[in-house]
Amino acid sequence: MNYGVLDGLQSVIARDLRLSMRRRGDVLNHLVFFVIVVTLFPLGVGAEPNLLRAMAPGILWVAALLAAMLSLQRLFAADYADGTLEQMLISAHPLGVIVVGKMVAHWMVSGLPLTLLAPVLGLQFDLPQQALVTLVLSLLIGTPVLSLIGGVGAALTLGVRGGGVLLALLVLPLFVPVLIFGAGAVAEVAGGMSAAPHLSLLGALLAISCVVAPWATCAALRVAYD
Amino acid sequence: MLQANDLACERGDLRLFSGLEFALGEGELLLVRGPNGSGKTSLLRLVAGLSRPAAGAIRWRGEDIRALGEGYARELLFVGHSNAVKEEFSADENLAVTLEFAGRRSSAAQRAEALARMGLAARARLPARYLSQGQKRRVALARLCLAADVPLWILDEPFAALDVRALETVIGLVDGHLARGGAAILTTHQEVAIAARAQFAIALGD
Repeated sequence: MNYGVLDGLQSVIARDLRLSMRRRGDVLNHLVFFVIVVTLFPLGVGAEPNLLRAMAPGILWVAALLAAMLSLQRLFAADYADGTLEQMLISAHPLGVIVVGKMVAHWMVSGLPLTLLAPVLGLQFDLPQQALVTLVLSLLIGTPVLSLIGGVGAALTLGVRGGGVLLALLVLPLFVPVLIFGAGAVAEVAGGMSAAPHLSLLGALLAISCVVAPWATCAALRVAYD
Repeated sequence: MLQANDLACERGDLRLFSGLEFALGEGELLLVRGPNGSGKTSLLRLVAGLSRPAAGAIRWRGEDIRALGEGYARELLFVGHSNAVKEEFSADENLAVTLEFAGRRSSAAQRAEALARMGLAARARLPARYLSQGQKRRVALARLCLAADVPLWILDEPFAALDVRALETVIGLVDGHLARGGAAILTTHQEVAIAARAQFAIALGD
């Protein structure tokens, strides 16, 4: 009895999600970080509605980006440490399928909950309803890019001492366009303009990273074992 | 089935071995021996396709394993130095997951039987972090019981941390595999009696 490609993808996602549920603390960690950072800003800056409204898109996006990055390091590290990654490299499934599965699972426990939490936190900044909708939309398109590009960084820094800092240095420059277009989309809508150009550019980033990131991650993983 | 020509392996600047040749047919066993650091694990990783040889080629049924890719992976069972056992998963879940990676479906009954054979029946549902080192090794080796149709077994120190009973079980499994016409490569420091149609030994590091 053999598995097809889709079965392989499904079983990798199911495995990683089940693993995340067993390590709930790790998942909650970066969500709590996100909530705390975003909540501290209105308290620190003061209750000036216009100022808060202007700052909101940037703060929410920066916090989401940092929270996503916190969770990146564990993407391959645990599997590398206990030898599971070896079994993945010589799996009957193509490595690309496994890598994509792991990235999807990572997004489902990091990007997706951040996206769902964001509108609630956006209320603290008195963001108008349309801007909240755009915020969710931009995060929905943007956070998968973070998981995809972050995966390349996580694979490249496997087994490197001080990999966390290196990962940030590698990945942050690539996250900057996502941040600019993501926060830009929300700011445009808050200012009464259309978010379409920014969202299209985010979509383009997603499309490019969907093609390039899994392939680059596979190459990086093979190098890590060579 | 398996053929290695003029194989060389380097780790950094250090040349571990070179000019290594062997051929392995049906029902044959290759024992790799040598002191620590002589390149036993490196050789097994080369044969498993995890790393690239510095020189030479490995062929499976006449074709380079690099070109075969997943086709070769399906013909292969590799139990490495690390157990690939997740502490958060139970023995049963760990076995199911490793079998899934190997592209094989397994029923709960099959897994229960395999774990019982490895002496883990009572601990099949326990998270693996409560298992001892030897028990984790047995979880990793349990898939040998469900790999009757996989032609090539590559086992890196399979007997490490095992007690006498588990050792005999594993030897029995390898015996059965060779009797069915499979091939096996393993490293060990122990003297083990495995019945094989033909048995070769490579001594590295001399």
